[in-house]
Amino acid sequence: MNEQPKPKKQIGAPMNRVDARQKVTGAATYSAEYQLPNMTYAVLVGSTVTKGRLTGIDTKAAERAPGVLAVITHLNAPKPPSPKPEGKDPSQPQTQGNPLQVFNDDKIRFNDQPIAVVVADSWERARYAAGLVQAQYAKEAHQTNLEANADKAFLPTAAKKNPKHPMNDYQRGQVDAYKTGAVKLESEYVIPTEVHHPMELQAITAHWEAPDRLTLYDKTQGTLATRRDFAKQWNLPEENVKVIATYVGGAFGNALHSWPHESAAILAAKVVNRPVKLMLTREQMFTMVGYRPYTWQKLGMSATPDGKITGITHESIGQTSTYEEFTEATLAQTRMMYQSPNVTTRYRLAALDIGSPIWMRGPGEATGAFALESAMDEMAYLLNLDPLEFRLRNYTDEDPEKNKPWSTKFLKECYKLGADRIGWSKRQLKPGSLRDGDWLIGYGMGVGTFGAHRGAATVGAQLLPNGTVLLQCATTDIGPGTGTAMTQIAADTLGISPDKIKFELGNSSFPKAVTQGGSSTVNSVGPATQEACLALKDKLRTLAGAAFSTAKAEDITFEGGQTVMRNDANGKLPLQIGLRNNPSVKVSYSDILRQNGQQNVSATVEAKPGGEGQKYSMYSFSVHFAEVRVHQLTGEVRVSKLVSCADAGTIVNEKTAGNQMKGGAVGGIGMALMEHARIDDRFGRYVTKDFADYHVPVHADSPAVEVAFVNQPDPHVNALGTKGIGEIAIIGVAPAIANAVFNATGKRIRELPITPDKLI
Amino acid sequence: MNPEHDTPGSAHDEARRSFLKQSSLLTAMALVPGPLVQAASAELDEKVAAVFEKIPLKLEVNGIKHKLSVEPRTTLLDLLRENLNLTGTKKGCDYGQCGACTVHVDGQRVNSCLSFAVMHEGKKITTIEGLADGDKLHPMQEAFIKHDGFQCGYCTPGQIMSAVACIREGKADSEGEIREYMSGNICRCGAYSNIVAAIQEVKGGGQKV
Ligand code: FES
Ligand code: FES
Repeated sequence: MNEQPKPKKQIGAPMNRVDARQKVTGAATYSAEYQLPNMTYAVLVGSTVTKGRLTGIDTKAAERAPGVLAVITHLNAPKPPSPKPEGKDPSQPQTQGNPLQVFNDDKIRFNDQPIAVVVADSWERARYAAGLVQAQYAKEAHQTNLEANADKAFLPTAAKKNPKHPMNDYQRGQVDAYKTGAVKLESEYVIPTEVHHPMELQAITAHWEAPDRLTLYDKTQGTLATRRDFAKQWNLPEENVKVIATYVGGAFGNALHSWPHESAAILAAKVVNRPVKLMLTREQMFTMVGYRPYTWQKLGMSATPDGKITGITHESIGQTSTYEEFTEATLAQTRMMYQSPNVTTRYRLAALDIGSPIWMRGPGEATGAFALESAMDEMAYLLNLDPLEFRLRNYTDEDPEKNKPWSTKFLKECYKLGADRIGWSKRQLKPGSLRDGDWLIGYGMGVGTFGAHRGAATVGAQLLPNGTVLLQCATTDIGPGTGTAMTQIAADTLGISPDKIKFELGNSSFPKAVTQGGSSTVNSVGPATQEACLALKDKLRTLAGAAFSTAKAEDITFEGGQTVMRNDANGKLPLQIGLRNNPSVKVSYSDILRQNGQQNVSATVEAKPGGEGQKYSMYSFSVHFAEVRVHQLTGEVRVSKLVSCADAGTIVNEKTAGNQMKGGAVGGIGMALMEHARIDDRFGRYVTKDFADYHVPVHADSPAVEVAFVNQPDPHVNALGTKGIGEIAIIGVAPAIANAVFNATGKRIRELPITPDKLI
Repeated sequence: MNPEHDTPGSAHDEARRSFLKQSSLLTAMALVPGPLVQAASAELDEKVAAVFEKIPLKLEVNGIKHKLSVEPRTTLLDLLRENLNLTGTKKGCDYGQCGACTVHVDGQRVNSCLSFAVMHEGKKITTIEGLADGDKLHPMQEAFIKHDGFQCGYCTPGQIMSAVACIREGKADSEGEIREYMSGNICRCGAYSNIVAAIQEVKGGGQKV
């Protein structure tokens, strides 16, 4: 019962990551790194045509190759007992039908679609044998070009079925009002296909522990979603499938879906009856695990000469596959960011013979913001106004789309923070005004927003005899530092030091949580952690009362990781030697357990959103300011400074949150200047196959990114006041850079990426 | 003290014996003409390959001497990850383009995916698992923790191995130089600013790396 110094507040502190040591020593174990006895290795063989049928597949040579245990194709694959494919249903973007069923039929739907999987006793042998599989095809004409198929674009089926679906056309005020505006513009924008390319290649280790019990070590953002998909595929009770994703080597959205390679590994493990490890190649990462879809957009805008927007029409056509309807919120920001009495949005899809897309960081919003925020800049120039001033003149104090108050909005504060740090006052309105030798210097800004989403989450908390607390939740951590943030929340709630807390995640057997995506993890799992810890304290209070005091439960309080009780003359406390004369005494958590003869106390609590979404419009906001240098002879663009400011509610950990913002900014540099997955439409095959052709930012491309948070709690999203960071970190970055390039050069690039050929 | 490890299945003597057996059978069969034998020998080619595949290799990894038997086509990366269970070294591309697989070979940074294990006969390999001094982390590891030089952690072992070599090479004198000489190590999470800060701190601290 020693006095302990009151621990300092952990929420907001720049605490080091709880799993940092594992990550810097190589001890962190990713999905292809589990050692199981009798391990085997699987390599996929992909279709070399884009559309058609398999007419023959010769696997003899592969079967005979040394070490090969099985070659599985549609001709010999056991058929999982899953229910029939459910068809196209965008309301269920997690594929639950056809695309999961590899080797199900002879149909080819996209280039590099898996047509066989070879299992051997080593990678080398499996890879060699995979090269021996020969296939014959009956080819059909394919379509892989969005613009050539724009005339066939359609309204998503879910919107057709349900007039309230958000993918329907949106209208406020007059239709296409911009056309009659005083000052107007109409521009087209293109975002090419971009690929997530986390550093960890997609990998899975599948192990049938019994004929009806499956364990998957898998790269997934949702252990429960993966469990649900494969339990369904194999018609197993969910509890018979266990999904482990303790460490995930990045994902950025591409592990929000169950993919063919996972089905293939599970099938292979069934056939060889041994654990199977399958890791995609970098080439395969382009073709079968999703991407940010190629999107065409047209934006019309009108304004009064003094800078009030009078109309916006924003249309887009996004790419999807022929077997799934993938949709994303490309047009969301246009409907709510700026005041405009008249807004029209129209979202369409074009189905191509390419694998399905999947949300990529700042999913549709980052695509839409490129058009909207570029157009804002274009309009500011037409009006001869500072783009920041133009945005301020059209600032919204309540949500013009839903006609609700914002839960909180501190975007103006972000503008101020960012403008000061980048030195916005140096910026000249006239393009090409600033230079340093051959380098033209320009400044640009872009705004981002994303819904402050929250879902239901459950956390289990357990106080152990040594006074440490173990928390568990099925959520994952793909990099933001979930376990660290939760440890800080628990430390503050329990009043104990973070090193006495362990937060375990990434296991489908743990209490339920939302999938890690859509910037919702801290918003959802944070409150569950907090409430589980509060429930634990309630139990402790009761136990403390039972063991030590006759004080009423509400008189027992907590301080510095100890329970504080009134020293009641008739109570049990005076039994404790030396405490007779103290008005109150403190008892440690472990003493309470000991005194009650209990090994541990536990509490499992579900926390979920209430009706706050009905009353308020809840969003995170960001603004990015870029300084670029463009070489006037070579067209090389260098981002020399990038400042990202966010209104993301309470910042739980300054260090990890700042890192996440910086990472989003780097992703935005890639989007703006280099990322472009290119298909040769004659063959329907990607010609960008690796990091030599598909460029992502490296050290030399990235400036020291500066981050500033407003750090004001949002009292409505949850009790912690968080709003989410992951998406707003990238949304608005690409247009900030494109606008800075215009400011430097006078060249408006509306098709990303901004490569030198477009500038000279 | 250098413990010696014999990896299971490293019996290359046995492999050589059965190769001899197989190849004399092959020679005998080759004397008999006809399509039947051609088919049989095609099949045997594979079998011959199977026994011929492994060759002996001596390596020192993180101070431990290994006597191994590996296929010539096995990369140093796969040997570390799959045979020696040193999964701290990561596979991010397998094409020498990302740096996730960076290890030190006789003190030099090397993309282990781009070199065959058998090219390193007698060499000393250091992986991320061998960087710390027992429980005491290497200063670069400490600096990565302090500056949060990672998010998902997958590129991290490669970044750290590369960063240590970058300082040893004398290529960490300025932020710009660090960015240039670390550009072979991609971090898709985009933790570059923090990685550079970590390297600068270690460089500035003047500790021996
Ligand atoms: S795995 Fe070796 S460089 Fe990428
Ligand atoms: S930390 Fe994720 S790739 Fe670098």
